[in-house]
Amino acid sequence: MKLETIKEFFLSQYRIIISNRFGIFGGVIILFFCLVGLFAPLIAPHQPWDMLRDAAGKLAILQAPSLQFPMGTTAMGRDIFSQMVFATRTTVIIGLVSGMISILIGANMGLLSGYYGGKLDEILMRFTDIIYGMPFLPFLIVLIALFGRSLWFVIIAICCIVWRTSARVIRAQTLAIKQRQFILAARARGCSNFRIIYGHIMPNIMPLLLLYTAFNIAWSVLAEAGASFLGFGDPNNLSWGGMLYNLWISGKIRTAWWWFAPPAICIVLLVSALVFVSRAYEEAANPRLRQR
Amino acid sequence: MLLRIKNLRTHYRISDGIVKAVDGVSLYIKEDEVFGLAGESGCGKSTLIRTIMRLIPQTAIVSADEMSFRGQDLLSFSDKEYRDQILWGEISLVPQSAMNSLNPVYRVGNQIVEALQAHTDITKSEAMDRTERLFKGVGLQPQLTRNYPHEFSGGMRQRAMIAMSLALDPSLIIMDEPTTGLDVLVQERILRELKEIRKKKKTPTSIFLITHDISVIAEMSDRIGIMYAGRIMEQADALELFNEPYHPYTLGLKNAFPSIRALDRELISIPGSPPNLLEDIPGCLFAFRCPFVIPECREARPPDLEVKPDHFVACIRTDHVEAFRKLAGDKKTWQSSKSTT
Repeated sequence: MKLETIKEFFLSQYRIIISNRFGIFGGVIILFFCLVGLFAPLIAPHQPWDMLRDAAGKLAILQAPSLQFPMGTTAMGRDIFSQMVFATRTTVIIGLVSGMISILIGANMGLLSGYYGGKLDEILMRFTDIIYGMPFLPFLIVLIALFGRSLWFVIIAICCIVWRTSARVIRAQTLAIKQRQFILAARARGCSNFRIIYGHIMPNIMPLLLLYTAFNIAWSVLAEAGASFLGFGDPNNLSWGGMLYNLWISGKIRTAWWWFAPPAICIVLLVSALVFVSRAYEEAANPRLRQR
Repeated sequence: MLLRIKNLRTHYRISDGIVKAVDGVSLYIKEDEVFGLAGESGCGKSTLIRTIMRLIPQTAIVSADEMSFRGQDLLSFSDKEYRDQILWGEISLVPQSAMNSLNPVYRVGNQIVEALQAHTDITKSEAMDRTERLFKGVGLQPQLTRNYPHEFSGGMRQRAMIAMSLALDPSLIIMDEPTTGLDVLVQERILRELKEIRKKKKTPTSIFLITHDISVIAEMSDRIGIMYAGRIMEQADALELFNEPYHPYTLGLKNAFPSIRALDRELISIPGSPPNLLEDIPGCLFAFRCPFVIPECREARPPDLEVKPDHFVACIRTDHVEAFRKLAGDKKTWQSSKSTT
């Protein structure tokens, strides 16, 4: 029975995504990047930091795409294709982890604040307002200055910022659902507050929750790329933003188009794929959009 | 005595002052009886039952001289104890507009299973069996437990809510406007089935029926209370209340409903409207619309007088009731009261 409900849940998500042409497109791209990230060591022909030599035995510096190096090489003679594959892994991990954690924070903040109201609502929402006033990059810079550059600080910094929008939206939706008659009926049945919040209100805002999960992941990917491009990423875990940063400091950004194009295109692809999927959810959450 | 309430007050504090939604209600419900409470919209019926079910917001101020269930003092229960020991197991509710009282994202049967499992330790399949039996009991096909609320018609949802309220065999079922929004045929069938269910049950079940529909009350109830502006004006045995009403408001209500025996009788409504519950009114709350008002009426709250055994009236002029009953049938009596307000 439990397994069946989980299966049912994923089936209904699948149906939402494939109901929309953009949704299918987005879903396929996200799946593709997830698989690349998962099997990175199997796909990449070289290690991302290996300095490679060409057939003549010379260091393969800044070579344009060829059969040996499908996406060319960097100024240090590293294979860009391998770098891309491993960077996908970092980006997907950061996107998923910080997207999930931030929706977890945001959803709970919104649910609790909307359901209980009163003083708790006041405290949580004023806290959200304070977070709204916090700029992402200075916050990340301070965090890195204090603790050093690491993948986890980037994730923490993103999580601390991204949840705020979802908290507000979910609070508003909770306020609306809370007034519905079936919540009163559930309380009359002797349901505890916990059960009402997570058993009765949350399933009713599920489409919105998933929409904001997709938004948060997209925002996390962008934030990570921005931070890494400015040199605040983890030097040991190459990401797409980190590749652009390496290109920038090598000073070859005007000539090495093969170095610049893959990470840039992938960032745009992944973020737009997430937005497309979230659009499919938006349609599920708001059926009026379907008429167009 | 199943439920006894003495001098219950529920006040809401709002920015303009205090709304006295329920202001000094005393009533009791015996074992195995149907107590009907009638009153116009906004008279505090819903607030009264929400107070009993503890469903009112925390900002409300509740006070009572007594509130007991089978001798247990309900006021001494904490919210959690109340939830675990009283709600649903002893007192269950069929909420107003049962149409919207089912969670749209769950199968109807699962919602009853959830309630059963929250209050007892039966397994899921046992709970499912019981839910199917409950469905049969209220005239729904057992396989409908697997459907979602939006696949149900209004009458079916109402039946499902009644099935849910019966799930734990409670001793008191509160029904808030159980038939509002249903057509008269469905209404009639549901009321008849309710009576049959009560007859078939092994343990006695009392019903606290709340509605603005006098005909539903008349059909179902053993005893009736008439509520007005947060107070109960008159309560008595059902037949007695219709045959020998004492309170001028009851007399007025009787005029406002068509009678099957006198179809050509002209309906007379009570002019004016209920008082603003924000105001502090020292006297009788009906005095503004009452055609038989005397200055004393406006001075102090009339106490609940027991004019006959089990017949209570909140009016100080009950000794003139014979004259009132005669005058109440005349349209001019009520029109003259309008000019004085």
